[in-house]
Amino acid sequence: MIEIKNLDFSYKRTQVFSDISLTFEEGNIYGLLGENGVGKTTLLKLICGLQRPTSGSCTVDGVTSHLRLPSMLQRITFLPDEMSLPAGTTPQRYVDELRPFYPNFAQATFLHLMQEFEVEHDRKFKEMSFGQQKKSLIAAALSLGTDYVLLDEPTNGLDIPGKAQFRSILSKRVDERSTIIISTHQVKDVENLIDPIVILSNNAVLLDATVQRITEKLYFEYGGEKRDDALYSELMPGGYLNVAPNTTGEESQINIEGLFNAVLRNKNLVKELFNK
Amino acid sequence: MEFRKQKPIYLQIADRLMERVLAGELKEEDRVPSVRDVAEAMGVNPNTVMRTFEFLQSNEIINNRRGVGYFVSPDAKQKILAEQRREFLENDLPLIKQKMKILGIDPMELMS
Repeated sequence: MIEIKNLDFSYKRTQVFSDISLTFEEGNIYGLLGENGVGKTTLLKLICGLQRPTSGSCTVDGVTSHLRLPSMLQRITFLPDEMSLPAGTTPQRYVDELRPFYPNFAQATFLHLMQEFEVEHDRKFKEMSFGQQKKSLIAAALSLGTDYVLLDEPTNGLDIPGKAQFRSILSKRVDERSTIIISTHQVKDVENLIDPIVILSNNAVLLDATVQRITEKLYFEYGGEKRDDALYSELMPGGYLNVAPNTTGEESQINIEGLFNAVLRNKNLVKELFNK
Repeated sequence: MEFRKQKPIYLQIADRLMERVLAGELKEEDRVPSVRDVAEAMGVNPNTVMRTFEFLQSNEIINNRRGVGYFVSPDAKQKILAEQRREFLENDLPLIKQKMKILGIDPMELMS
């Protein structure tokens, strides 16, 4: 379990987090959402020990992240959004470099994932497209056998089949021991994959709830008229998408873009609704 | 007819599995694909599929044999048909009636 308690974090004069508390539990694929600059990447870096909290704590199974103990680091993978790849090397040589640090690395899984993504494992990175490089790194990250996998904008640069492959691979990869956190703006790419959903905003956690809980509290109506009680409405080709408080208890299909906009525009109301 | 409702994903997956039972692709007493296989095939969160299976189990359409997996219940087809008839009569038919009224379609027209 990842536990963040009363954490403050600032970059010099810019405060990113103020007294946030969050837990990430096993067996889940978390979606981490928020506008540009709210600290999604910073949160991932705090979890894997690349940043140190100004105050408060961040622990992985009770071990403080920023101590960067090898026993903790070998159980956690962080795939950053920006890739820095040694151009002359190949995906295979890349994982060969990493494997001494990851006792549960599985070569068979790596080859299988590369095959699924249709990228050659012995081709040089410099001969690959951006998307192929990204696929190679995702395959590498998911074959290291770590219990914790942190993915920052993983679907950026993936082609259309690649996005579906990514969803399938992740739904297969998650098990009762693993915790996956995906930070993204591309919510359509991960619409039915992420659950629970965490939304960050203005130094704080705005929402942290399972899809079930969200659809118990909010009702998503598709293709009707604009509703007066809607927290957010958007005109779509078939009529309005309305996100309104759920008054009947009936569950509907979540729309994450609609959720995001509804939550950001009604911060206090949403907090009240979910604290009940 | 206005479709303002869109069922949550776990119920959409349940509908899909029930359709497969009605179509005879999944026969009674057949083993249902595992949570993991369904999740992978659809690219959805396994917890969502788990909810689908719990829903189908509580409606006695599938049953869990410990350590083996889920199986289609002996009278699953009948149960699904009964439920879908009820749903059609309660939800779909009133909308169809209303639409026919607006369009001026006589029920007798449909009989021919």
